[in-house]
Parts: sequence; C-alpha cells; structure tokens
Amino acid sequence: MNIINIEHITKIYKVGLEEVHALRDVSLRIDKNEYVAIMGPSGSGKSTLMNMLGCLDTPTSGKYEFKGVSVSEMTDNELAKIRNKEIGFVFQTFNLLARSDAVHNVELPLIYAGIPTAERRERAIQALIDVGLKDRLHHKPNELSGGQRQRVAIARALVTNPSIILADEPTGNLDSKTGEEIMGLFHEIHEKGNTIILVTHEEYIAEHAARIVRLKDGLIESDERVERRYIPKIKTTVAQ
Amino acid sequence: MRIILFEFKEGMMIALRAIASNKIRAMLTMLGIFIGVTVVVTMSTAIKGIDNSFQQGISSLGSDVLYIDKWAWFSNVEWWKMRNRRNITMDEFEKFKNLAKLPVAVAPVINTVQTVKYQERRVENVFINGSNADYVKTTNFSFSEGRFYSEIESSGSRQVAVIGSEIAKKLFPNISALDKTIKIGGENFRIVGVLAEQGSFILGPWNPDNQIYVPIGTIFKNFASNRWRSITINVRAAGPAMVEETKAEAEGIMRKVRGLSYDQENDFSINQQEGLQENYNSVVGVIQIAGLFITGLSLFVGAIGIMNIMFVSVKERTKEIGLRKAIGAKRRTILAQFLLESSVICLVGGLAGLIAAVILSMLINQFIPTSIQIGSVILGIGISLITGIVSGIAPAYTAAKMDPVEALRYE
Repeated sequence: MNIINIEHITKIYKVGLEEVHALRDVSLRIDKNEYVAIMGPSGSGKSTLMNMLGCLDTPTSGKYEFKGVSVSEMTDNELAKIRNKEIGFVFQTFNLLARSDAVHNVELPLIYAGIPTAERRERAIQALIDVGLKDRLHHKPNELSGGQRQRVAIARALVTNPSIILADEPTGNLDSKTGEEIMGLFHEIHEKGNTIILVTHEEYIAEHAARIVRLKDGLIESDERVERRYIPKIKTTVAQ
Repeated sequence: MRIILFEFKEGMMIALRAIASNKIRAMLTMLGIFIGVTVVVTMSTAIKGIDNSFQQGISSLGSDVLYIDKWAWFSNVEWWKMRNRRNITMDEFEKFKNLAKLPVAVAPVINTVQTVKYQERRVENVFINGSNADYVKTTNFSFSEGRFYSEIESSGSRQVAVIGSEIAKKLFPNISALDKTIKIGGENFRIVGVLAEQGSFILGPWNPDNQIYVPIGTIFKNFASNRWRSITINVRAAGPAMVEETKAEAEGIMRKVRGLSYDQENDFSINQQEGLQENYNSVVGVIQIAGLFITGLSLFVGAIGIMNIMFVSVKERTKEIGLRKAIGAKRRTILAQFLLESSVICLVGGLAGLIAAVILSMLINQFIPTSIQIGSVILGIGISLITGIVSGIAPAYTAAKMDPVEALRYE
C-alpha cells in the first residue's frame, strides 16, 4: 500500500522578478514501511521536496496524494491537521522548546490533537521510555546532550503514531558516534513497521536506508534500492 | 463548545508558560498597564468625589433661592455694561420687600473680607456677610450652638455674629464659642450662634462653614467703604415649583422700583443656583475630558509597550511558531496563544493597578469623600482586557499567518 504518491509536481518560487524552478517534474511513490533517503547537493530541490512531503507547502502544479487523499488543494487548517496526525518531523536543529521539559516537548503534538491531559502525559512518557530517556523525563533541553535532545525530538515525532517519519539531516548537528546511535534508533523504529524518509547530503548516513532517491536541479536523477549497511545494535541507548 | 474550552485551556497553559519563562519582561510590560489603570481608575474616582462634594455643597445654597444682583453670575452681557449699572441700595431693598407677595423670605446681603481674631488666634480672609434676620430663611442652615441673630439685633445693628463651623474650630478648638467676643476687622462682636457643618471643602471661601454672618447695619457702620457698594437681594421662593413665578414677580417689582420704561433693558440680574450648576458642569466636563485624555495617554503608552513586547516576542519565537505549526498547530491556535499571552499580562497588570487605585482612593478619601465605585472596577478590568486584546492582535496575527517553512528556517 503506498502512502505517498507524487505525480509530475513542480514548484516555482518568485524571487524578485526571477522565477526559481525548485522542482521541475518529480514523480515519486513511497510505500508503507519503506526507509527512503533523499539526497542531493544544496539547491537540488531536496528541501523543497521535503517541505512538500511534510505538507508544509503545496506544489505549484502536479498531484500529491497522501494515503489516497489529494493534498494539493488543502486549506491551511487541513494541512495542519494532516501534519499533526500523519507526519512526525525530526529536524537537524532538534527544535525543542527551550524552557519546557522533555515530557512537555513530547506531548506538544498531542495538545494540538486535542488529547486530554492524563492520556497525553502517559503517551509522552511512554514515547520517551521507548527512545531510552526514562531517566530524563523532566530535564530541559539545556540539561541534555545533543544525542538526548534528538531522542526527545524523535519521541515527539513518534508520539502521535504518524504514517511517516520525516527526518531532515537528523545527524547534522551531532558528532559521528552520537549520529550513529541516532541512526541505530531510526533502524529500530523502521523495524517496528514505521515508514521513514531521511533527507541528507551525506552518503554515509544515506547508506542506512533501503532506497536512495537522488535529486539534481529539481529533477530525480536516480531512484534505486540499495544494499543496506550493517547497523550495529547499541544496547545502551535503546530501551528493551 | 468542548473543543473551544479545551483550546482555551491549552492556549492559556501555553501563554502562562511563555510568561513564566520570561518573568522580568512580563513584569516590566505589566508595569505599563499597572500605571495606566491606576491612574485612570484613581482619576475617575477622584472626579466622582469632587462631583459628590460639589453637589452636596451646592445643595446648601438652596435650589429655590434667587439672587438679585448688579452682576450676572453667568451671562453674555458685556462686563462694562454691567459695571455701568446702578448699585442696588438698601432703599430699593425696602421698597422691593414691601411690594413682593410671593417670596417666603427676602434679605439684603453685602459682604466684606476681614481678619477675625479671638485672643491670640486669628483667621485671615474671612467672608463677613451682612444681612437681616430673614437671611437665615433664605438658607438651609442648622445650628450646633445658639441661634441666628434676631430682628431686633438686626434692625438695631447690634455687634453680634453667627460663625461657621470651620471658623469655630479654628478660633475655639476646645471650648464653646457661644457668648465669646471676637474681633472682626478690629471691631468687637459677640457670638450668638455657631452653624453646624454645612457645605464642603469644594466651595472654598464660599463654603458657609468658613463664613461669618452679622447684621447688615454693622457692616455699613464699621466698614464704611461698603456704604457705596451694591447689595444683593436674596429672595426665597415658596418651593422649587414657585421659582419661575417668583422670578417673574421679582423682575416686575425691580423694574417698577427702578422706574424703567418698557423699552429699557433690565439694569440688574436675577441669578440662580442653576447657573452655578451649569457653569460647574461645563468646568468639570473640561476637567474630566482633560483628565481622561492625559490618563488615557498613559494607558496608550502602556499599550504600545505591550504591542512592542509582543512583536519582539513573536519575532524571537519565530522558530518556535514554525515548529508548533509543523507539528499541527492551526492558525487560530497560534492566534489564541499570543492573544491570551497579552491579555493575561494586561489583566494581571490591570488587577494590580486596581488594587493600587483602591489604596490611593483611600488616601484621597482623607481630603475628598470618595470611594471606588463598582463602575471603576469594571472600567479598570475592561480597559486592561481591551488593551491586551488590541495590543496583542497585530503581533498575534503576524504569528498566526507565518509560513511554517520560512519560520522553521529563521535563525
């Protein structure tokens, strides 16, 4: 069953008088439980594609169906709703609320989903336990390491049980060892049946995925299934 | 309905978190509203107090008394025309009194300002009213001691005086004033009566409490320069309903006494407390408008402060807004968050201002009898809420309409 079905989408930005064709003609299908890496140099349109996939932006032309529903004509509020329920974002800079503890950061999407307080507390704590932060529930971001912060962000992405996890350079702000740990976590999340879309410009990271889509100048240059690199299980960081 | 309540509750929690995480800034912002509300509420309370005092004071003048005078209190007759009018004399008063049928009391009045002394105590610039025994019937005076001077004392120009309660307090702080002899402008007068407290501070020297009443003849006798001054004739009508008729009669009699032919203008004026009331209303109206304008200005400055802070807050939290939108916050949710934030700041500041205003009113109450009205409380809360919403709406709207992609990219 495919979750994402994109056909011939384009995206044109107006910068002053000039038109920038960020996406020229992109078609892409992503199925349930896929692990896709989107790669490309800067200016290739990968950010634009990611915003499109994340329903943060709508295409200038073309068709985008999310679970069979057309996204292209949705209003702002409908887009907000679909982002809330179906998509879990993980950002390079974590984007946590600096003055709130881990639990509040994780329960944030549940607030917007209208979940009652007691239930969302419980779910947020469970999500934090799942990413191995059982002892860090009431720590604020500045009391956490980079890897721990990204785990909080991942817990936040998972807490709504979304259809896809959209990770934009999730290891970009981490050292390589911590980055590797985070990739191990993604691996596990994928094993549990989640669909992951990873945006990166590092081959090293992209190799974790089962499929690599390469973009160049707003076009898909290649789309291939790859041999997955061996993922070491790091027991210390993931709760059993 | 439940969804709205839920969103309100959650929005409130978010707003409170935002305020709590920036306490100093929130407090400085509240200060603006605090000052604004304190000033506006205190001002409106003080104006109310002044108004009450005036109404109380003016009622001691009596609403059914006419004052026939050379001068009009309030009119558009040119000043020099009034100056050239003939003086009203005691002779004219006698004729007027004999002809007038409607009034319940008619009294001639002349006043002078003198220093009053009792032993080593003295009061400067006291209004000394000279009149006859009927004068008391043109007022609403009541007495704490003694009586008004009698017909015999009046017609005999005896050196007797009735003093106001304030004068009594100043000259005789601990003892009874009755039968004491005081010096008015150097002349001895025996006190036959002390007035109970009549008016209010607002009338100043015109407050009966600060005046002294003596037979009119003693004024002409002791302070000779007054012989050539115009007197006023106080005429009391038989109740407010008779005021117009009495006024018409008085005008006719005065014209007859003065021998004016039908084509000549009145060379006197008939004044009423009503005129004072109107004049007061227009003066107080100006004070009110000016006061509210100035205090409103301070509130406006406070509101601009809040708007400024909210704009900074929105700018500073651009990335947070982007994130909130990315994970599913709707426009109206963001709008509510920032509106609630500014409203809470304003409400807290406003309530603190209200408390300060209550305390200030208690202080003012030492000088002007006043108290905080329910209206002022509603005014204070209403003002702070409206300020919160008005100053929050533009920043909140800016936040709500942000593009999540742009906002997330913002550094």
